[in-house]
Amino acid sequence: MKTGTLILSVAAQTLVPLQVLFSLFLLLRGHDEPGGGFIAGLVVAGAFALHQFVNGPEATRRLLRVDPRDCIGFGLLLGVGSALPAWWQGEAFLTAQWWEVPGLGLKLSTPLIFDIGVYLVVLGSVLTAVITLTEVDKDET
Amino acid sequence: MQIAVLAGFALAILVPLLSRWCGGRTGLILALYPASIAFWLVSLAPEVLQSGGIYFEQAWAPSLGLSLSFWLDGLSLLFGLLISGIGTLIIIYASGYLHGHPQLARFYVLILSFMSSMLGVVMADGLMTLFVFWELTSITSYLLIGFNHEDAAARKSALQGLLVTFTGGLALMSGLILLNVVGGSWSLQTLLNDGETLREHALYLPMLLCLLGGAFTKSAQFPFHFWLPNAMAAPTPVSAYLHSATMVKAGIYLMARLQPGLGGTEAWTTILCVIGAITMVVGAFLAIRFTGIKKVLAYSTVMALGTLTMLLGIGGEAAMIAFVTFLTAHSLYKGALFMVAGALDHETGTKDIDEMGGLCRFMPVTAACAFVAALSLGGVIPLFGFVAKELLFEAVLDAPRFTGFLIGMSLLASVLVVAAAGIVALRPFFGALKETPKTPHEAPPSMLAGPCVLAGLSLVLGFMPWLAGDGLLNAAAGAVMGTEVVTDLYLWHGLNTALMMSMVSLGVGLLVCWRWPGVRGVIHRFSPVLDRGPEAGYWKLMDLLVRVAEWQTRLLQSGYMRNYLILTLLSFTGLTGYTLLVRHGPVFDLALDVRLQEVVVALVIAASAIVACMMRSRLAAVAAAGVMGFGIALIFLLFSAPDLAITQLLIETLTVILLILVLFRMPQFSSLSTPMERVRDMFVAIITGGLMTLLMLTVLGQDLFTSISEYMIDNSVPLGHGHNIVNVILVDFRALDTLGEIFVLSLAAIGVLAMLRLQAKERKTP
Repeated sequence: MKTGTLILSVAAQTLVPLQVLFSLFLLLRGHDEPGGGFIAGLVVAGAFALHQFVNGPEATRRLLRVDPRDCIGFGLLLGVGSALPAWWQGEAFLTAQWWEVPGLGLKLSTPLIFDIGVYLVVLGSVLTAVITLTEVDKDET
Repeated sequence: MQIAVLAGFALAILVPLLSRWCGGRTGLILALYPASIAFWLVSLAPEVLQSGGIYFEQAWAPSLGLSLSFWLDGLSLLFGLLISGIGTLIIIYASGYLHGHPQLARFYVLILSFMSSMLGVVMADGLMTLFVFWELTSITSYLLIGFNHEDAAARKSALQGLLVTFTGGLALMSGLILLNVVGGSWSLQTLLNDGETLREHALYLPMLLCLLGGAFTKSAQFPFHFWLPNAMAAPTPVSAYLHSATMVKAGIYLMARLQPGLGGTEAWTTILCVIGAITMVVGAFLAIRFTGIKKVLAYSTVMALGTLTMLLGIGGEAAMIAFVTFLTAHSLYKGALFMVAGALDHETGTKDIDEMGGLCRFMPVTAACAFVAALSLGGVIPLFGFVAKELLFEAVLDAPRFTGFLIGMSLLASVLVVAAAGIVALRPFFGALKETPKTPHEAPPSMLAGPCVLAGLSLVLGFMPWLAGDGLLNAAAGAVMGTEVVTDLYLWHGLNTALMMSMVSLGVGLLVCWRWPGVRGVIHRFSPVLDRGPEAGYWKLMDLLVRVAEWQTRLLQSGYMRNYLILTLLSFTGLTGYTLLVRHGPVFDLALDVRLQEVVVALVIAASAIVACMMRSRLAAVAAAGVMGFGIALIFLLFSAPDLAITQLLIETLTVILLILVLFRMPQFSSLSTPMERVRDMFVAIITGGLMTLLMLTVLGQDLFTSISEYMIDNSVPLGHGHNIVNVILVDFRALDTLGEIFVLSLAAIGVLAMLRLQAKERKTP
């Protein structure tokens, strides 16, 4: 069921993928340039909110594939999980750990995992609120 | 060691998978965990006995002085062995008792988590570690008592146990914090080595009372004893494990652990002896009042817990040896008796002793186990319980204070316990055969292994008490005393006063058992008095709690957003304003060196705020508030904080989206408030805004402490490997704060979900 106007739905077709990409870009570069998990999470939540305005909550749920509530749970799990590797190394809880992927010069770290956790929690929380508000509205009408 | 303890939780997570793969054999596989813990503890035993203890430390948050540290000494070793050893038998037993139960996997999850928590309690060295594991045992116990959650009575009992132990948990936490304040350390070992400081501190008594509050509620001491028999609503394996052998002994463990540091004072002796003795008699007396086999056993557990507390209160080497011996003996025979009770219930279909009789023909092995275990409970030679009882009487006879009182109480309690032992072991198995709901037959092997092993141990240790005594029990008693203890245990102590007391209690006890129905009739006449016990007080308190909650909800929760806002803002302004004006004084100098663009942005913000207040259309008000937000983002940009500016912009956007969604649901915009209310709101708004301005000016006007931004800027790249300081602070330097925040965010989302969904559901089903 399409609910949006033509202009909005055409714009959304281009904007939503771009916004999702941009959020990933923000997430990954966040450690050195403006960005980070929180901001990226807000951007991607905005993208899905736009998608929902145009296509309705069911379509957004289908697009997401996972329930936004599970996003929250998984995000929290990543956040807490990223605290543990340090403990394994015998250092204080939550000490950042860095690993370099050989050959690529790519650096992975627990702060990155943590940031992804934040990203998912923000995405999940905002979408839970937005989708629920819409769905409850529709149930009543 | 940390891994050994925490492995239980990991295993618990895997149980659902495991039970899908292994089906009925899951129980046996899971029993390998406690069994391997037991073997591991045995292998560590020589080292522990020789060196006095092994210490394991893992830093957790060193900056707060917190670490996950474990300390294995004689006392922990004894408890650890009981927990893991009996735990192994219980899991095997449960696989038979709950065979085919649809939620067997859930049971394993809970019991494994409980086991790990309990191991954590008895091995913890850090005060906070102890507290966390302590509360975990309360939570898992709550879930286990309420395992049959479709039964309202089970839910009620579970909640009662939870509330009593959690209230005690709060007291315990205060006590542990006081302990840290007084002793200046988070490590039990360090604290207890300096007992002198603890005992002579002005805060000794409050600290002691708080800690004992925790221990007494957990260990069901009078007047908190009522939750334990009610907890018998749990499946029998749970009762056998939690409510006889392990969890209720956590409080006893705590007292024993603290004895070298806090014990020996007048307050300690008085409280523990008196409360312990009262609990002992009350428990034993109530035991013979009931006919449910589990209730009888539960009250006799209350009696045993009282005895242990009393022995800790008496103090001294004899009492400590009696303490550890009684503790071990009790765990062995009570575990066995509960498993027997479960077998009876399982195979006959009733829990009422009056409905059983002559069962020894059908269930010979069960009967034998019950008989041996009950002999140990009654303290009959040559069982281990006899050794414990002799030591108990000797300790009481040597008690430095309250000697007469304690002797009388012990004798009375042991008479009643002998009677209870007889009731449990003789009545169901001998006498005339009675009709039971199910045709009785022998229990399956998995359910016989536990009682056989435990009853067998009671017998073996009775003949050869030195097997346990020379190493383990001496080491445990030594840990409680704080000095080395060398006492040999014997079965036969010679003809002495203690033996006389034993004989008297045995004779009178059997008499009571024989005339049990008559005795019960006499007790029954006092029912109105007995029903007014502490449990009635508990229910009154619960009613009061509900009434207070209703009253304050009516008072505070009006349901109007504006009232909440006014209340929040006024309390904020009042408290902060008071501190600012009275304690500090609003000192600042106004330096007006601003740039033109800043003035413009500021004016835009102020103007849009005023417009938002005056608008008569909701959408326009939202838009005006949006302009204000964008103005703030501009300010962030002007002061080169791009991260903040981006966040502000995004938040503004989302706020507008959410507001629009909410606005659809609102009634048409109309003038809801009277002019008086508008003036009031304006007043609140103005003083809040004024205070914030004053606060900012005052804070900026002076350097209270050196700024930490220098540190952040200098260390962002070398320590955090990132150039974006804001992000490095968020995910690295202050990651703990962020972790807290994402939890808050999640809670908020769940709150929104619950509020909207529940409301929608309520409206659908009026």
